[in-house]
Amino acid sequence: MGGDDGGTAVGAGRAMVTAEAVWAAIDEIPDPEIPVVSLVDLGVIREVEVDGERVRIELTPTFLGCPALEAMRRALEEKVAQLGGKPDVEVIRDDSWSTDCITAAGREKLRAAGFAPPTPRAAGPTTLVQLESKAFRCPYCGSTETRLENIFGPTPCRSIRWCESCRQPFEQFKTI
Amino acid sequence: MSERARLLLTLADDELILGWRDSEWTGIAPTLEEDVAFSSIAQNEIGHARALYELAAGDLETDADSLAFDRPPGEYRCAPLVELRLVDDWAHTIARRYLYEEADRVRIEALKQSDDPQLAGLAAKIDREEVYHRMHAELWASRLRDEPRFAAAVEELWPYALGILEPAQRAELARRIGRPAEPAHAHKRGAHTPELEPLWAEMTEVRRSAPGAQW
Repeated sequence: MGGDDGGTAVGAGRAMVTAEAVWAAIDEIPDPEIPVVSLVDLGVIREVEVDGERVRIELTPTFLGCPALEAMRRALEEKVAQLGGKPDVEVIRDDSWSTDCITAAGREKLRAAGFAPPTPRAAGPTTLVQLESKAFRCPYCGSTETRLENIFGPTPCRSIRWCESCRQPFEQFKTI
Repeated sequence: MSERARLLLTLADDELILGWRDSEWTGIAPTLEEDVAFSSIAQNEIGHARALYELAAGDLETDADSLAFDRPPGEYRCAPLVELRLVDDWAHTIARRYLYEEADRVRIEALKQSDDPQLAGLAAKIDREEVYHRMHAELWASRLRDEPRFAAAVEELWPYALGILEPAQRAELARRIGRPAEPAHAHKRGAHTPELEPLWAEMTEVRRSAPGAQW
């Protein structure tokens, strides 16, 4: 991309908003429930389109019952307004988001904060046999000697597992 | 009302009312893990209801909250299965979860093939989450399989489960549950059980106390 988009046209009231600036600003918005990752890390921003002042953002929910969705929408609107744009945030309720959309950086930030990142999606839906397999690594000690405690956890996106090696529970992101 | 709006309200009302019923176990389930599980499942079901109401609200030029809370109980389109208050009976509660998830799977799979991209997309998203509900239901159903109270509960709720689906989809449900041909007396949607009205009164009480308030 060109390097002169910081320049303000003579007579214009404010600098033009660019898609790059919007993406950078969104990367500063923390997830309302797990603030170690940003909305960009989570992969919930499907598209940013800038047309003059108007900034259209497509946001996909993670889980449909997640109460963070409205907080995300408001945070996006505030960020765009701070950049001088007019926000138009559209929530897309199709199945385009999956846990595979979480970026590599996002997965590492989750792990460092003690949340085991989701395993990659397989061809078919997740099965109980898979959840009871040794594919899940403790985010604290790295052991795969872990077992499923509860399919459900403190939020819709998490399960609870127990690490046999360091003998403590941890939160495992569900794969969807 | 369009056929699509009617279908969306049917699905949304089932999910909202079942989510409400499942949430009645919060704090009193037989184990702490099930407290967490039922609360999370209820949250998901109500989340699905919200997304379905939002699609319907676009068609009907209203909003999701108005559809969820401002209709009189007689206008809800939910099936009798989800209305039943089963809160102190674990065998019946698990039988309902198991039968509902199987019936819901039949219609979600059909909706995923819909020519309407919004319906098909939302059905596919809901399906990803329901995978975990099915796992939970199947786990409990297999654990209780030899328990006479559970078998009796499945027997009793079977006609209600058939009532979740359109007649053409019922044979598929019977095949999955491993039951013989459908009984003639499916408890179909349309007529409500006496248990809906008290649930509705509680669910809408705060909203009705301050009509038009912004929360």
